Amino acid sequence: MSAYKDIAWNGIWKQNTILAQLLGLCPLLAVSTTFVNAVSLGLATIVVMMLANFAISALRALIPYEIRIPVFVLIIAALVTVVDLAFNAFLHDLYLVLGIFIPLIVTNCIVLARVEAFAAKNGLRAATVDGLMMGVGFVWVIGLLGAVREFIGQGTIFSGVEMIFPTLSGIQVLPADYPGFLIAILPPGAFFVLGLLIAGRNWIEARANQRMLEKRLHEHPPTASAAGA
Amino acid sequence: MTDPLGIARRESGVLRISLRTAAIMLAFTMVFTALMAGTYKLTAPMVAASALAEKLRLIGEVLPAGSYDNDLMTDAIGLPPQALLGQEDDTRLWRARKNGQPVALVFEAAARDGYSGRIGLIVAIDTGGRLLALRVTSHKETPGLGDYIDPKKDRNKTRPWITQFGKLGFDSVPRDKWRVKKDGGHFDQAAGATISARAVTNASGRALAWANENRDRLFALPANGRFEPQGGKP
Repeated sequence: MSAYKDIAWNGIWKQNTILAQLLGLCPLLAVSTTFVNAVSLGLATIVVMMLANFAISALRALIPYEIRIPVFVLIIAALVTVVDLAFNAFLHDLYLVLGIFIPLIVTNCIVLARVEAFAAKNGLRAATVDGLMMGVGFVWVIGLLGAVREFIGQGTIFSGVEMIFPTLSGIQVLPADYPGFLIAILPPGAFFVLGLLIAGRNWIEARANQRMLEKRLHEHPPTASAAGA
Repeated sequence: MTDPLGIARRESGVLRISLRTAAIMLAFTMVFTALMAGTYKLTAPMVAASALAEKLRLIGEVLPAGSYDNDLMTDAIGLPPQALLGQEDDTRLWRARKNGQPVALVFEAAARDGYSGRIGLIVAIDTGGRLLALRVTSHKETPGLGDYIDPKKDRNKTRPWITQFGKLGFDSVPRDKWRVKKDGGHFDQAAGATISARAVTNASGRALAWANENRDRLFALPANGRFEPQGGKP
């Protein structure tokens, strides 16, 4: 059970695809203009990552080591196409919103990275959970990024939610005559906000490390000889 | 000092492994291509039905449901790309009639000079040369800045920007005033995002001029015919 806890902790925080591994920045920066867009892409990514990790874990015994990368790319591209078509056919309303994002997932190297680093070496259930948890780590960061950019850029939150839930509507947080802060919406704004998020993560990690070190020092005070060494 | 037999054995081993690897790659490619082709085949009818429903919904946005009584889907003609309309591919043009009398033309047009490239439009133009309505069908304008051309994104919900074109023709706004105010014309634009508005305004003006020029021939063509600009009467 603790193995799954590790997988979850790795995906959500420790090995977070964006904050720690800095993977998949292309779709991340392009789509995180609003919270709703960002979370939509994130959810579609979770579906693809779980499917890809499951499929490759299931087929891993059949894939020769030398050609694993082309086979992984083939499988991921095929799965994304199938998901795209299935969404279009069975969940058309959602497809109208998410549709443009699904093909983008192919360009997301997180999927290939997890398949190569985890699914190809682990069992079915662990691989699927890893896909889910890495996806969750992606969603919360891209969602936060989208929310911050949307708030600074146009003073709203949840704008565009009516495309998914027609009864809801976005909230104007800042006064309606807020002129907007264009750079937050444009790609440079994505880099600024992402930089701040990464800095925040590093700060939290550094503080945690510092505490751990202090605790250890407190429990095992250095002896004179060790300090002199 | 090498053993020639050993080399030969090793070479044939390399060859065998290469062939085996290639065969596995081929097998994977075939299986997953079949998976994609199968999904495509299976979903194609549903995808086509959704695309048709989406088209009907778009037409419904520019053409009030009660204003015509014919079946638009059958009373349509093929339209090769027109320079004035800016499309790249063949599109359809739908002809709305009531009691057999022409009411309006509905067709797609595009502005290629948006801030981020192509802006797709759908317009309905009545027989009096008035633009009944205009809607943006696709665009990549900057979110929160230029995307107010799409009423879903327009923050002015009571009177979105794009509705100012409704019911206007060259009789009320002369051709040379069919521009945004910044260019000395009639139509408003949002400060700081003129390019998107200018692209849509100019494209709608071109579409209106094109429809006025070709209206009679377009209505005269048989259903499912094809509009050929050069072949017709001058």
